[in-house]
Amino acid sequence: MRRRLLTSGLRTRLVVTFVLVAALSALTTAALTFQQARTAILARAQDNAVRDLRAQVASLAPDLPARPTEADLRGLALQLDRAGGARDWRVAAAYRHGTPVSARGPGPGLPAGLEDRAARATTALVQRYHRDGRPRLAVALPVVPADHPGRPSGLVVYATFSLTAQEQDVTSLVRAARAGALPVVLASLIPALLAARRVLRPVRRLRSAAESMATGDLDTRIEVTGHDELADLGGAFNTMAATLQEDAATLRAMEARARRFAADVSHELRTPLAAMTAVTGLLDDDAAAGHLGPETSEAITLVADETRKLAHLVEDLMEISRFDAGAARLDLDEIDLGELLHKTLALRHWQDRVTVDVPGGLRARLDPRRIDVVLANLTGNALRHGGPGARVRIRARTEAERLVLTVHDNGPGIAEDMLPHVFDRFTKGDTARTRSEGSGLGLAIAAENARLHGGTLTAANSPEGGAVFTLTLPREPA
Amino acid sequence: MTRVLLIEDDPAVRRGVTLGLRRRGHETEAVATGEDGLEALAASPPDLVLLDLMLPGMSGLEVCRRIRETSQVPVVVLSARGDDIDVVVGLEAGADDYIVKPSSDEVIEARMRAVMRRLAPSQPGPAAGAEPTVHGDLEIDRLALRVCRSGTEVTLAPSELKLLLFLSAWPERTFSRQQLLEQVWEHSYYGDARLVDACVMRVRSKIEEDPRHPRHIQTVRGFGYRFGPL
Repeated sequence: MRRRLLTSGLRTRLVVTFVLVAALSALTTAALTFQQARTAILARAQDNAVRDLRAQVASLAPDLPARPTEADLRGLALQLDRAGGARDWRVAAAYRHGTPVSARGPGPGLPAGLEDRAARATTALVQRYHRDGRPRLAVALPVVPADHPGRPSGLVVYATFSLTAQEQDVTSLVRAARAGALPVVLASLIPALLAARRVLRPVRRLRSAAESMATGDLDTRIEVTGHDELADLGGAFNTMAATLQEDAATLRAMEARARRFAADVSHELRTPLAAMTAVTGLLDDDAAAGHLGPETSEAITLVADETRKLAHLVEDLMEISRFDAGAARLDLDEIDLGELLHKTLALRHWQDRVTVDVPGGLRARLDPRRIDVVLANLTGNALRHGGPGARVRIRARTEAERLVLTVHDNGPGIAEDMLPHVFDRFTKGDTARTRSEGSGLGLAIAAENARLHGGTLTAANSPEGGAVFTLTLPREPA
Repeated sequence: MTRVLLIEDDPAVRRGVTLGLRRRGHETEAVATGEDGLEALAASPPDLVLLDLMLPGMSGLEVCRRIRETSQVPVVVLSARGDDIDVVVGLEAGADDYIVKPSSDEVIEARMRAVMRRLAPSQPGPAAGAEPTVHGDLEIDRLALRVCRSGTEVTLAPSELKLLLFLSAWPERTFSRQQLLEQVWEHSYYGDARLVDACVMRVRSKIEEDPRHPRHIQTVRGFGYRFGPL
């Protein structure tokens, strides 16, 4: 689930970025185009107006007297109004700072400041302004006599007209830009998705390769194509995989050598031990007979006891070696667990020290020899830790096709820092505990046997005190 | 007193086992190779053979096979490896039981005694069935410890005979492999059940018409073995 989100996240990010870039460039292009076009439209309208006005004024102005009266000015304005034609401008004329006079009605409503500037100007002035929310253009044209250029005649002709038509052109331009940008942005989705796929495919390959590495397939390699950064990453991955594989192989070889050595050593120890153990009974008899010196007797007992312990240790080492070599096999039989447990305890004379709570007829398919070893190791361990007055409780139940067996002692429990190491080889629960109390392999062997059955063995401390070992076994091992 | 032939190549083990058994009142002849062992066996038959499987020259397995060709003397294998396959092969070659080295003299003697007991401990005594019993083509004479198939005597190794006598004493009753280990081999309950399987296989090959479809010693899946019904 999380993985899916991540991939779609990367894809989404790539696509969104791509579309944003496309949208931004489309908008920028549209804005620049709009700006340019608008300026060009308005400039042309302006230039045309000034040119037309100037042409009309040039043909009419020479007819005016040198000091025109208001009526002259009105006549000029009327003539110019008529000459405007389609442009529909409204003209006013002013002389020497006089109020501009238009053909009829009130003045044209010139933008503020234009009159002042026009009075001093020697060339045409234009100004855009708004009236009643409509865009308009005002042109002020100081009239210069043709025979005295450079000396204004004092006559200024004003013309104002609506820019609505031009504004509509601009608006339709904006609309066109908008209509063009949206499909472009949408269309950019396609290359965005394609690009995301191109990037994501090697990423996905890398991910599945890493996953298969994680599950132990160290010979996983990926096909590297191209020369981009992702290809470099793929190459680096392959190098890493090769190194890991090599290291793992080296480690495995070393471990196998170490284990084989342990097995060989144990095996070599067995033959001399076989000779020694074959006479331990003889030694015991002689030590007990009393016809030897007390020190000799003690020495002989010591040798006999330690020989037996050594034999036991070597036996456990051999057993562990078989697990390590994968040579341990299950010899399954359908067994009544209560009966098995009873025999296990009886053989070791532990019946009186152990409380057994196992329902009758609790049958399971298991390897009786191995389960006996597990139970004996767990019970022996519990009895040792419980001290001389130890009470050990063994309880077995079935829970959902699994057999759950607990061994509970009344000892001091297991130190928290020891708990993770209880099943390690040669772990001694208490450093002060003497070597004689077990080979140090008992719980490791028990755990291996549980695992061989497809079960588990765990250790914990009971809330009411003491340690609890829980053996869980499938009733039908796979 | 039991006369034991010990075939073991390691001098120290040979010496140790000899010492241990002599102290317990058994007479031991110890040889180092299988060839010497077979020679000694022919010269003066012992009561029991203790056989190391790892021998130089002729292997212990081969020795076991050769012994079984001529003799039904109890054979107990001394296995230096607990490596399971060896033991199974040894048992299939006709050994009656096995001891994993190292083992104390008490264990060796207990195993020897168990193998040599003529009848399983909880088997009915000879008085219980004086008359030979007939089961199809099989005739079992508990008194003479003889088994005949279609009138011909079948030679059975001690463990094979004990197993057959035990099972046939309770026809149609199923025994688990653990029960048979305890009763016939006197092993502990959780002992090596492959002893039973190997022995059943050997008995079947001798008394059954078609060992793959046995009629006398039948397998009860999940439980064990049963004698009959035919």
